[in-house]
Amino acid sequence: MLSRTADSLFWLSRYLERADNTARIIDAASRLVAMPISYAGESNEWESALAAAGALEAFKQLYKEADRDSVIDFLAFSSLNSSSIKSCLETARNNARAVRTALTSEMWEAINAGWLDIKRYDGTKMDRPKLNEFLTRVKEACLRFDGSAYRTMLRNDVYYFSRLGVYLERADNTARILDVKYHVLLPAEAGIGGGLDYFQWSSILRSVSALTAYRWVYRESLKPWLIADLLILNEQMPRSLASCYANLSSYLDALSAAYGRQGASQRTARSIRTRLQNSRIDDVFQEIGLHEFLTDFIAENGRLGGAINAQYLV
Amino acid sequence: MRLRVFHETAYTYETPANSAIQTLRLTPRGHDGQFIVNWRIDIDHDCRLASTTDPFGNTVHAFTVDGPLDKLIITAEGEIETQDMTGVLRGQVERFPATVFLRETALTASDTAIRDMANDVATRSADRLDLLHLLMGEIAGRMHFDTARTDSGTSAIEAFSIGKGVCQDFAHVLIASARHLGIPARYVGGYLFREDGISKQEAGHAWAEALVDGLGWVGFDPANNLSPTDGYIRVAAGLDYLGAAPIRGTRYGGGGESLSVRVSVTEADQPNR
Amino acid sequence: MPGAFDEMTLPDGSSRPGYEFLDSWLKATPPDLLALRRAEAELLFRRIGITFAVYGNTDAEERIIPFDIIPRILTKPEWTRLSRGLEQRVRALNAFLTDIYSEGEILKAGIVPPDLIYRNPYYRPEMAGLKLPYNSYIQIAGIDVVRVDADDFYVLEDNARTSSGVSYMLENREVMMRIFPDLFAEHRVAPVENYPEELLATLKSVAPPTAPEDPTVALLTPGPYNSAYYEHSFLADKLGIELVEGRDLLIRDNAVWMRTTEGPKRIDVLYRRLDDDFLDPLTFRPDSALGVPGLMNAYRAGNITLANAVGTGVADDKAVYSYMPDIVRFYFGEEPVLKNVPTWRCREADSLAYVLEHLHELVVKEVAGSGGYGMLIGPAADKKTRAAFAEKIKADPDNFIAQPTLALSTSPTFVDSGIAPRHVDLRPFVLSGADKIRIVPGGLTRVALKEGSLVVNSSQGGGTKDTWVLDQ
Repeated sequence: MLSRTADSLFWLSRYLERADNTARIIDAASRLVAMPISYAGESNEWESALAAAGALEAFKQLYKEADRDSVIDFLAFSSLNSSSIKSCLETARNNARAVRTALTSEMWEAINAGWLDIKRYDGTKMDRPKLNEFLTRVKEACLRFDGSAYRTMLRNDVYYFSRLGVYLERADNTARILDVKYHVLLPAEAGIGGGLDYFQWSSILRSVSALTAYRWVYRESLKPWLIADLLILNEQMPRSLASCYANLSSYLDALSAAYGRQGASQRTARSIRTRLQNSRIDDVFQEIGLHEFLTDFIAENGRLGGAINAQYLV
Repeated sequence: MRLRVFHETAYTYETPANSAIQTLRLTPRGHDGQFIVNWRIDIDHDCRLASTTDPFGNTVHAFTVDGPLDKLIITAEGEIETQDMTGVLRGQVERFPATVFLRETALTASDTAIRDMANDVATRSADRLDLLHLLMGEIAGRMHFDTARTDSGTSAIEAFSIGKGVCQDFAHVLIASARHLGIPARYVGGYLFREDGISKQEAGHAWAEALVDGLGWVGFDPANNLSPTDGYIRVAAGLDYLGAAPIRGTRYGGGGESLSVRVSVTEADQPNR
Repeated sequence: MPGAFDEMTLPDGSSRPGYEFLDSWLKATPPDLLALRRAEAELLFRRIGITFAVYGNTDAEERIIPFDIIPRILTKPEWTRLSRGLEQRVRALNAFLTDIYSEGEILKAGIVPPDLIYRNPYYRPEMAGLKLPYNSYIQIAGIDVVRVDADDFYVLEDNARTSSGVSYMLENREVMMRIFPDLFAEHRVAPVENYPEELLATLKSVAPPTAPEDPTVALLTPGPYNSAYYEHSFLADKLGIELVEGRDLLIRDNAVWMRTTEGPKRIDVLYRRLDDDFLDPLTFRPDSALGVPGLMNAYRAGNITLANAVGTGVADDKAVYSYMPDIVRFYFGEEPVLKNVPTWRCREADSLAYVLEHLHELVVKEVAGSGGYGMLIGPAADKKTRAAFAEKIKADPDNFIAQPTLALSTSPTFVDSGIAPRHVDLRPFVLSGADKIRIVPGGLTRVALKEGSLVVNSSQGGGTKDTWVLDQ
């Protein structure tokens, strides 16, 4: 396959995953600020949302203060933000067009229709119902594309590259969401407790659509270290770092089997996966430190992206 | 005259390039007015330097280098024994019929301003050699040497309309006007030994050649208003600058490219001044 | 045009050979059924057309070239003669290009004026002295032919650069087979579906002699914003080869490689749909971002075959066209099978004078023009238009040729008023390989949908038809 085709597929998936993720972050933030307890002076949820989306610095170059309207505009609609939901969908659709013949017609229709749908929103007068409607449509467009890929694609390198994009992006997103909120998960602060913490914890789970999953897995009330365990180390949880890396290494292995050759990507993915498998959540909290662990992970994940790029995409 | 040439072209990249490809027309060929005592091309990276001859008879080297490259230096140097042939080129194999040198190219197209000037000069003499000297003098008189106003992509029309340019532009205007008058003409790139003693230059030199019945190809240097002497070293010829450019290349990846060129032409038995 | 030769109906109202069944079928079929079938065909094209819109610059739906559902029929003897002529024509074009880029015998012999070649913008000095494998310059040609009576085909244009339209030929057939299976049952129509295989075999046959036994072929496109991108991706798909852009290729040690996920892969044959000017910024236009830097070095080193070769455009120049009968005679010592339209070359003073005096009865074309642009149809133009065009000719006579207006044949066409004769031409696609010449029986028939119009170009209101060559 042409490197350019693989690159377009990889980024097509990454951009869609990013759009989906940003939609969940906005959703979680807007629920949190609507909670009865006032957080004034404690933390700015909108700023946290920017940080979780990795967009805080870019935002600050354009705006002075992070409030509801400016953050929603920047994260969802702004053409000045190449990672805004709209920008992501537009880039994804352009990539899809460039590799049209590598996609199934179902995938093309999903992304094309999704883009045409989202394009209609210009970001003005985004009251709560309208915002909800918009975010739902974004999530649906991503689901539709993902589902059509799953149901219609041949399991060959075309499929592998599009999956690699999904999981690399998802691992990065989950790690960032956790890192932005790591302080509310720390035991020392957990003691302060009360309703505030509960809302924060449930908000983290909500931003990765894992609130129900938590209850099914642990069958007890929200505990910060169990939340971290679920999102970092539990391979059953589809957005956890462990699950992302189970998938990344399996698709990279499939590629190396297909091509009869392996390289830095396979080695890097395996080593990250092994580290996740050998970690216990107590060690993460007590010995390494949650923040340090996550910062390190985000950098390693970035290195894997670089290795995939160098090995296959240029 | 025995001349020593040193010509260094250095690219530097702020962000290292992944690879680069270059095509060089940097190797002079001998003719009655110049004997190549020795000549070499040196690239500061490992690469295979493939040598061919293009349809115009120029020696061409092509190479690719793999990076990461933060710089790329191409050096051409050697010694040439020259003789004054009063501008007439002899002992060179011609591969094309003369009519090819009447082709118009983007860089050597003429407009009414150039054509009016050429037509006007043509009324002053019926003798082709004489006419070409008059044409050279006219261009030398109308255009002023200025390194700031034009670049390697400037056409004869543009240079003539602003009346400024470097040797390349002067040559293009002469070629455009000669071709308009039905005289086959071509572009020549090379080196110039400067009588004023300045040996360090920022670029090579360029002039034109035109076909004169009975004499063959004769050189005209409108930037200096004279025909080539033994101070001129002829390296490559083409329909215009692009066909005789010393280096045409590109890089993949990287960025922040800057280019510096050093040329020195000295008498071989003299120390560098 | 009154008195034009109709391909279906003789002056006495009876039908010509090959058309008997179609004629009676058309008479028996009610117009509303034809309209229904046409709507069906349009729906099928729209579905394909979705793909067109995908590649468009904007979200707007792209125009679909009108399709006429009545097939155009050629009998086997007609086709046999035509294809023999096409083969001779393409062999002559290849011999001519081989000659002018080496010894130039035909120029020395005074048959073709050297000036016309050496000063031609489409002559490429960079190709001089380069020996191409099998002396093969034009691998894919779309020769435009017209007929004026039962016996004669005239060549209108030799498209020797990158001729397009073959995707329409294939899709027209596909659509026709779906909407009129019953008609195909009544006729033995020679297939065109094997065109992609024939094209691939042709391209592989001209690979450099040093290439592996099963050479790698790729199609080079200018990219999604090119108007023919749909055809490029269509063909790459059908041939099972990579559709590459310039940035997918790199030159290493004078060979061409494409960047793939499995590392650089060597390419032996490049079916390029990118014009000469843009191929290599280190040799041609330095501002081209579509090409491959260093491609010409690899080409000159004999490590890649470009199809068609660089510099073939000089052979389809309209002034060079006028010498084609002489060119055929010069190289083969035989008479041309296909006729040339008589052509006045305005570069010659006598011809210029004649043309200016007879503008009202001539068609005047630019020597390097195509697509029906930059031409004057004398009989159809008013006095003012003709006078203005005369000034253009006088300003640059070298740039123009003139021809008599031909009474192009007509073919029954389903238009608003029912079934009516409309003027047609034909572009068969001639594949010229190292081993042999392959021509799939048929081609792209273009039809001028406007009553009386002689302009078949799709940019000027022309449509297309499926072309049937009967196999018995």
